[in-house]
Amino acid sequence: MNKIAVIDYGMGNLHSVAKALEYVGAELALATGDEVEVSVTPDPKIIAAADRVVFPGVGAIRDCMAEINRLNVGEMVATAMQTKPVLAICVGMQALMNRSEENGGVECLGFMDGEVRFFGDDLRDEEGERLKVPHMGWNEVTQTQDHPLWKDVPDKSRFYFVHSYYVQMNDVAKISGTTYYGTEVAATLADSNIFATQFHPEKSQTAGLTLLRNFLQWDGG
Amino acid sequence: MSLAKRIIPCLDCDNGRVVKGVKFLDIRDAGDPVEVSKRYCDAGADEITFLDITASHEDRNTTVETVRAIAGQVFIPLTVGGGIRTLEDIRTMLNAGADKVSINTAAVNNPEFVKEAAARFGSQCIVVAVDAKRVSQEGEKPRWEIFTHGGRNPTGIEVIAWVKRMVDYGAGEILLTSMDRDGTKVGFDLELNRAVSEAVSVPIIASGGVGNLEHLAEGVLQGKADAVLAASIFHFQEYSIQEAKEHMASQGIEVRL
Repeated sequence: MNKIAVIDYGMGNLHSVAKALEYVGAELALATGDEVEVSVTPDPKIIAAADRVVFPGVGAIRDCMAEINRLNVGEMVATAMQTKPVLAICVGMQALMNRSEENGGVECLGFMDGEVRFFGDDLRDEEGERLKVPHMGWNEVTQTQDHPLWKDVPDKSRFYFVHSYYVQMNDVAKISGTTYYGTEVAATLADSNIFATQFHPEKSQTAGLTLLRNFLQWDGG
Repeated sequence: MSLAKRIIPCLDCDNGRVVKGVKFLDIRDAGDPVEVSKRYCDAGADEITFLDITASHEDRNTTVETVRAIAGQVFIPLTVGGGIRTLEDIRTMLNAGADKVSINTAAVNNPEFVKEAAARFGSQCIVVAVDAKRVSQEGEKPRWEIFTHGGRNPTGIEVIAWVKRMVDYGAGEILLTSMDRDGTKVGFDLELNRAVSEAVSVPIIASGGVGNLEHLAEGVLQGKADAVLAASIFHFQEYSIQEAKEHMASQGIEVRL
């Protein structure tokens, strides 16, 4: 049994990510005979007992961090990161940074050395055309590191993004994929047991499902 | 290379079946929404919009079940609209697997609802649908107003000021339908689209009037739309999503192929 825990700290919609994991999990079970069980849960015991942990997040960072701190989610993620594969998605990835500019400035978990910045009110592309914020839709991701989660995902595949704030890493060696939207954006990060995506793999059709399938088989490290 | 312009097929659903647009008297059955959604997703649709036009309240459960079934099989963003009036309606749809909800009449009746919805669920899942009709005469400075009930009821609300307010209140995206063009197949109201797109920072989905692939490209190039929505040209296989994308790409528009 491959047990996947999606950490539910009350912020928004985790059904999409759970459904996508169940979908690729069922396919994988047919191929390997190893059943995949997905739990969406705030329970530290279930999270501790899981083989793999997903740390999602949507909405405003201040509200997310308030719940993360209240429910001690940071400790659950920190413990998981030491012992098993962890996938952080969207605001989950941003929460790993030192600090976010959103909501007038919010202290984050500080698990990775980077800052979360606003795209700005006057974002422009290379030709000077105005770009809409949020960055919403399918953008190309350049794979800047080999990683097991990129297996069978063609370089420069498009993934679905929706965010107004983006991660700027001080520790650039941890960036495993980039995209460009008026500025270079860290699309994915990799650091030993953790892989983080700014995009939503659960909404990114074939490329996203492939990445999730890889996560279900990844041993970390 | 950069962000792709999106093509969004729209499923108008009545009592669990996809039907041709609301405005048509000869409502034609266009299939099972789950099958149709899956077909579009496989064909490369960038998102799916599901619009519930079911009249009676009792049939809303059918809608929730349909949304749940689509979301279990389609792994691209799914927007659900039609009859979203309360925070509980939003929660129900998100729990069923919708990624975004589209709010229309409820926003007109109570603009604060959009603020509450965005504060509770996040702007990323709040789409405000705007049904606009041109009220200026030929030769006058263009002016559009919001109409409700399929374009029958005027509200006197001016469109540009309205969308700015909705974005201030937390709308993450605007679904803009020209009621003059809806169902006509003569193309988007490009002037309306451009005016709205330039007025706000958030993405605009152009809707209403698509009859051919050139209209989709015009919506982006001249209407400055970030996404284009169409129903009937895809439902009855006049054009495939792939053809639509290839045509847009041939016009220099960035698409996800």
